[in-house]
Amino acid sequence: MQLICILCPRGCHIQIHPGKNGEWEVEGHGCKRGRDYAIQEAACPLRVFTTSLWVDGGAHRLVSARTDRSIPKDKIIESLKLTKGLTVKAPIDIGDVLIKNIAGTGANLVATRKVDRI
Amino acid sequence: MYDIIVIGAGVVGASIARELARYKLNIAVLEAGSDAAAGSSGANSGIVHAGYDCKPGTLMARLNVQGNAMYDRICKELDVPFRRNGSLVLAFNDEDVFQLERLMVQGVKNGVADLRLLPANEVLEMEPSINPGVVAALWAPTGGITSPYELTIAMAENAADNGVEFYFEHRVESIERKENDKFRIITSRRDFVASCVINAAGVNGDVISKMAGDDSFIIHPRKGEYCLYDRKWGNMVSRTVFQPPSNMGKGVLVTPTVDGNLLIGPNAVDTEKRDDDCTSAEGLAFIYSKALESVPSLPGDGVITVFAGLRAIADEGDFIVRPSGVSEKIIHAAGICSPGLTAAPAIAREVNAILTGICGPLELKKDFNPIRKGIKRFRDMDWEERMQIVKEDPKYGRIVCRCETVTEGEIVQALRTKLPVNTTDAIKRRTRAGMGRCQGGFCTPRIMEIIERELGIPMEYITKKGGSSRIVLGRIKDFLEEGGEL
Amino acid sequence: MSVKTEVAIIGGGPAGLAAALSCYRHGIRNIMILERDEHLGGILQQCIHNGFGLHWFGEELTGPEYAQRFIDEIRKTGISCLLNTMVIEIKEDKTIYAVNSRNGLMEIKANAVILAMGCRERTRGALRIPGGRPAGVYTAGMAQRLINIEGYMPGREVVILGSGDIGLIMARRLTWEGARVKMVCEIMPYSTGLIRNVRQCLDDYGIPLKYNHTVIRIHGKERLQGVTVARVDDKRNPIKGTEEYVSCDTLLLSVGLIPENELSEGAGVKLDPITGGPIVDEFRQTSVPGIFSCGNVLHVHDLVDYVSKEAEITGEGAYRYINGRSPSDSDYLQVIPGKGIRYVVPQRIYGDSDVEFYFRSNGIYKDGTVELTDGEKVLASKRLMRMVPGQMERLILKRELLTGVSKTKKLQLRWRNRNEEDDAECS
Repeated sequence: MQLICILCPRGCHIQIHPGKNGEWEVEGHGCKRGRDYAIQEAACPLRVFTTSLWVDGGAHRLVSARTDRSIPKDKIIESLKLTKGLTVKAPIDIGDVLIKNIAGTGANLVATRKVDRI
Repeated sequence: MYDIIVIGAGVVGASIARELARYKLNIAVLEAGSDAAAGSSGANSGIVHAGYDCKPGTLMARLNVQGNAMYDRICKELDVPFRRNGSLVLAFNDEDVFQLERLMVQGVKNGVADLRLLPANEVLEMEPSINPGVVAALWAPTGGITSPYELTIAMAENAADNGVEFYFEHRVESIERKENDKFRIITSRRDFVASCVINAAGVNGDVISKMAGDDSFIIHPRKGEYCLYDRKWGNMVSRTVFQPPSNMGKGVLVTPTVDGNLLIGPNAVDTEKRDDDCTSAEGLAFIYSKALESVPSLPGDGVITVFAGLRAIADEGDFIVRPSGVSEKIIHAAGICSPGLTAAPAIAREVNAILTGICGPLELKKDFNPIRKGIKRFRDMDWEERMQIVKEDPKYGRIVCRCETVTEGEIVQALRTKLPVNTTDAIKRRTRAGMGRCQGGFCTPRIMEIIERELGIPMEYITKKGGSSRIVLGRIKDFLEEGGEL
Repeated sequence: MSVKTEVAIIGGGPAGLAAALSCYRHGIRNIMILERDEHLGGILQQCIHNGFGLHWFGEELTGPEYAQRFIDEIRKTGISCLLNTMVIEIKEDKTIYAVNSRNGLMEIKANAVILAMGCRERTRGALRIPGGRPAGVYTAGMAQRLINIEGYMPGREVVILGSGDIGLIMARRLTWEGARVKMVCEIMPYSTGLIRNVRQCLDDYGIPLKYNHTVIRIHGKERLQGVTVARVDDKRNPIKGTEEYVSCDTLLLSVGLIPENELSEGAGVKLDPITGGPIVDEFRQTSVPGIFSCGNVLHVHDLVDYVSKEAEITGEGAYRYINGRSPSDSDYLQVIPGKGIRYVVPQRIYGDSDVEFYFRSNGIYKDGTVELTDGEKVLASKRLMRMVPGQMERLILKRELLTGVSKTKKLQLRWRNRNEEDDAECS
């Protein structure tokens, strides 16, 4: 597969193929980080996702949130569906865990905005 | 049961409603759109024409000149901006000069005061941005500018304050004659019964007429497209600048607006569709190229919005203000194309006279109040007034529309008149919130919050202009399929 | 109400916050931030996605988190922040007129003013897209506010015009919320957003990015029904026969940001017609002494980290101004964009500090060097593998290198291809 490295502005065009003995064949990368990135992308792309949840009794209608680490890309939509119908009670501080171990990924959904109680 | 039902809350319908509100009559106005001035009255040049370009002897010519003379007083009573900035019709060659002379003669016949033919040097002295290739111009100092939708809304508000009922989003679907010589008017929402019907339905004037069994005229909609420039360019000209007229209308004009913007347009495109307010790439390119002929330094950018409106052109070639042939209790005010805005106050007088002729003298209300106070504009206040108003009402200290400096106080006021107002477009027309250079990008969500709070309409149901024009289609998470257990 | 302050900062977004902290660190104690919204942080509060702070904090944060770090710092200093406060006018003598519900009208007399009002989005009207005027046509930033602050979905089936970063981010956010983003049309042959956003926001979800395409007509009377898109030629005019109708209920525009300088112009500040922001010197002082400018009101940035960095410079600038730095117009060296460069900020330098130039290219360039010359020698240069309009670039000029350069000269920033260099060496 072909991909453009997004780690730095150089934007290397990397080609990666499964090689012999379960190794990856990587070409076109400019540095080791790029190579690691390409292998991760090919094997199991990881992403942080962000969303917002409705807040009960807060100074804002919503609290923004993120996963506290990257999760497999194909788990994102499943995770988001879990946030449907969910309301969190204010007060909320940045870093508060809103959903633990979301969709079994090992990542927690944490608040990224402070919401005072009113 | 109403004495009179007016169909259409454009400038003609609103003007008639206000005129008849002086009398002890039970009046309702039915409007298909979500607000007054929702059709042509909200999308035209806003020019109060002097009256030189109507054919002498026509109803148009008479009502134009009469209407023009009524503007100072009406706009004062209704607290609507109006400025007699004067109109210039340019000539670039001998043929054009011949046209100007013809217009001048026509104007004099129509009774237009103070017309003059100016030589090029005087024209350029007056308006230095005008194409230096100009050879002469017709100068009509009685020409003016107003805000067509503000005037319409003001007339409607004043009528409502004097007891007229307004029903928006009530589209008339059919009209039945009842045995007792009354009319049943069936609308998209409910039925109304009235003794007398006034047809002020704009481009749908013939449709309404047909519903009552009268097919004596046909309306041909003719589209006009416009570009509105940022205030930055509002001073390029201070008079309304016309080109020599053609058989398709008065040509593309360049004019300041009463709000300080610059407006160019319209073209003239015949269309079949009566709700066609679409602009086109060709149309916009055409008006820009024509406007450049008048004002060559007109910038290519700086446009904040483009829009189009329809003129209601009657096949008879003149305004139709008369009782219907099928019943004298149906009075048409139809085919009111340009100069309809100018003529509207005079049309209302005309309708009044027709009605009196049919029904006998009408009894005046003792408590009719011709005065309407507009929304106090924070932007136009001086320092002292601003201090005072924020002290009285802290909502005037919160600026909601930053481009036009509109405060929450003004928006709340717009929502609290007797007219049933609940859309963002209605607030825009009343306060200018969302009309500036960012075109509502900043203030729309904030205005929606105010509508939700003041009127109790949930955000999802707030519309731009009624009907299906909802601004948001749901709450977040609504479109996600239900997930599993947490 | 009439008050005095040493420094007044217009805008409490990332630029204003960093500028205020920088003033404080330079010893200024009487600082006032005037913010029109109900919270500090500006647009960052609605940018809930991650990707902020890699350069500034060395970690990846979301917009609200990035903002909160600055807000926490501000709270420790006692800098006064007037929220829900709109500045109506700034005078050349640095008197500011502002209004809010609590204090009513205020006259603020400042020794120095830092402009940090940010930018606004280009609209449909500015593009003159013809067609109807239905609900459902919004700027990407307004959609972002509706979703992330208000909690409402602008629509279900979406076309995005313009590949600016906000548009790309919104494509992903809408997808995550269950809406269907049908395509992103970009009139240019390249994206105006960051590559990583094209990858993570579009490619990840199979959203097509159509280069050389634009929306030529909007359909619908009440709510948007669809749009007609078409391919454009190299003069960006639609090509007949390539029209395609795409049904959708929402059109988002991500077609450019415009620095919001109406207040600046009112104060007599001269603007650069290319950036749309003030003409500034190395401390980001505008043509009006004592009035500074930073962040997106100066020129549109793509990374907030550099907004913070630029804002810090104005703090030092305000400090130096208050303590007597006052170059006159003739003391300045002009800096002009040369080959390949669309704009460069600052546009003029006095030479009393190292300068970091921020600039953008006017097209795509590969493998070459950006160099700053005085016409005779190269004062600073930097090798770049690629230079694209969507990405702001930087170049540092050491102050010492300016010794001996005549003030009558103009400095030029220009691009030089690698093989051009070879040619030069050969000849």
